[in-house]
Amino acid sequence: MKRATLYTTLLAAAIAAQPGLAAAGLADYELAGKVTGELRYFSQDAQFSDQSQTTNLSISVEPELYWEWNNGDDSLTFTPFLRLDQHDDERSHGDIRELSWLHVSDDWELRAGLRKVFWGVTEFQHLVDVINQTDGVEDIDGEDKLGQAMINLSLVKDWGIVDLYLLPGFRERTFPGADGRLRSGLVVDTDAAQYESGAREKHLDTAIRWSHSVDVLDVGLYWFHGTNRDPILTPQLNSNGDTVLVPLYEQMDQLGVDIQATVDSWLWKFEAIHRDTVRNDYLAAQAGVEYTFYGLQDSAADLGVLVEYGWDERGTRGGQNQNDLFLGGRFTLNDAQSSELLAGISHDLDHDSTSVLVEASRRVGDNWKISLDGRFFQSDTAVDPSYALRQDDHLQLSVERYF
Amino acid sequence: MTSFTKPLNTLLAAALLTSPVLVLAETAEEKGLAISKEAKARDTGWGDMQAEMKMVLRNKQGQESIREIRMKSLEVLDDGDKSLTMFDRPRDVKGTNFLSFSHAVGADDQWLYLPALKRVKRIASRNKSGPFMGSEFSYEDLSSFEIEKYSYKYLRDEACNSGTCFVVEQYPADKNSGYTRRQVWIDQAEYRMLKVEFYDRKNSLLKTLSSTGYQQYLGKHWRADSQNMVNHQTGKSTDLIWANYQFQTGLKDKDFNKNTLKRAR
Repeated sequence: MKRATLYTTLLAAAIAAQPGLAAAGLADYELAGKVTGELRYFSQDAQFSDQSQTTNLSISVEPELYWEWNNGDDSLTFTPFLRLDQHDDERSHGDIRELSWLHVSDDWELRAGLRKVFWGVTEFQHLVDVINQTDGVEDIDGEDKLGQAMINLSLVKDWGIVDLYLLPGFRERTFPGADGRLRSGLVVDTDAAQYESGAREKHLDTAIRWSHSVDVLDVGLYWFHGTNRDPILTPQLNSNGDTVLVPLYEQMDQLGVDIQATVDSWLWKFEAIHRDTVRNDYLAAQAGVEYTFYGLQDSAADLGVLVEYGWDERGTRGGQNQNDLFLGGRFTLNDAQSSELLAGISHDLDHDSTSVLVEASRRVGDNWKISLDGRFFQSDTAVDPSYALRQDDHLQLSVERYF
Repeated sequence: MTSFTKPLNTLLAAALLTSPVLVLAETAEEKGLAISKEAKARDTGWGDMQAEMKMVLRNKQGQESIREIRMKSLEVLDDGDKSLTMFDRPRDVKGTNFLSFSHAVGADDQWLYLPALKRVKRIASRNKSGPFMGSEFSYEDLSSFEIEKYSYKYLRDEACNSGTCFVVEQYPADKNSGYTRRQVWIDQAEYRMLKVEFYDRKNSLLKTLSSTGYQQYLGKHWRADSQNMVNHQTGKSTDLIWANYQFQTGLKDKDFNKNTLKRAR
């Protein structure tokens, strides 16, 4: 939380330096957010020593504070995040998801501070999404991200939106600790992280992205230069004589493209990257289609069906989704409680391993939401990354209170 | 057949020329279209608009649930309008925004912003008949009225709350519409839609919409303060309560793009 103090101080200074702000008296202020209680139940005993638990309780809080002035042309958003976990000290953690100032002008916007940026169109893998580091202790789906320091100038043109990014201050990926489940066999020693760049985590990364919508097409194209968010994990002996995984963060140049065609009830999706690092130079892609059946049997319910395929030029030596097929269904009742059921299967065609995800959720009253998720893993090949999860089948009950 | 049709045509032409009454008489279809065109014409030129909307959803047992949204719209004269919708309540959807470029003909362009992931998602707009936020209003009920979206038939004049109403039947052109037809009550004095009856795909009466508390803005544009939709088949109902209508606030095309979608509050 030392980092938090630094940013808060910087921010206070930035606010004080804004002459318009004092006059406006921070009139428009808003507080929102949620508190989540989460209970996990693992149906099998743990695979690795130290992973004692079969049930795990966790609570998280994520408030969002928002101020605006100059008729909304300037605004400030502060979103701290804190999680307490019953067993895993690494999962008990805090982060500043957002602490950023936004200035809006006629055809440009300047966004500065800690922020989150999402790029991409596919559902089962977010290949082109590279700005933010994954908050890996949160969940295994990689959708939780750490706030990234940035200065982002966004230009709105007739021919699309151009975003320019300066990204100072790299964030290391978080990994479950020895006590945590849903981890690799060896524990990642995040204190021993290594960097290719001499500047280490202070390397200034840059990115430029163009995105545009033309008729049925939504297209994005970008170039990223800087620290690879995906570390290379290498087993090493630590000072206690234990074997741990040491993360190495390389430099990379990456070209990425994402395209979606929206035609009638069909969404055609394609993402691809070309990543160039010292050790590797490769292509990877994720492509698929989503079709929605509206008003099933003359009811209000919809069923969306998804098929995606993931490919990585490096094959089994490389990424996790090198030759993987994904099938999914999203069943929404469209009722007053927003009840929905999501199911997904991913199958690795090389390793013949499968994981299944089921998520059911609905709103209760005005401010509560309840979800029951199930995840099931099947893997028989020791070299398959998901082999480490094969005894981590679990049910997760989440209760969210919004305020 | 040709020998019969030719003299028949000649006869008809002669009859039409000699009978001015027949020339002026319009068919029920033409009259229905003319009334709808007049209603549309009377409301053109609003430019841009902002408003707040509260929805009260009631189930059969009378249990209520509340939705709150805010809308910004831009009139596009040669096509459908552009709109940006911000969701405030229920709290779990707070921060979700919706951008729509509607088109008089063809599919609308629609994007959703999901604040938890900071993700902008282009969504299929085929879903006309689905319920909006679990309410009794479907997406098509809330979309802007364009002449090209229906064909028309004038039925009759009928006494209504504000004097006399035209009763016009509207047949959706879109095959994805949830309705076979709508019956619309339009008052003859101001051309306001006071009541709409919706008939489902099996042509049974599904819903009735009543709009009340009409107020005039900019000395021209009538907007209802309150709209009540009753579903006769389920017994559920939804009230729309409008507030803070503002016209010509200076919104422009640049206020409706993916950047504004992401930051709208």
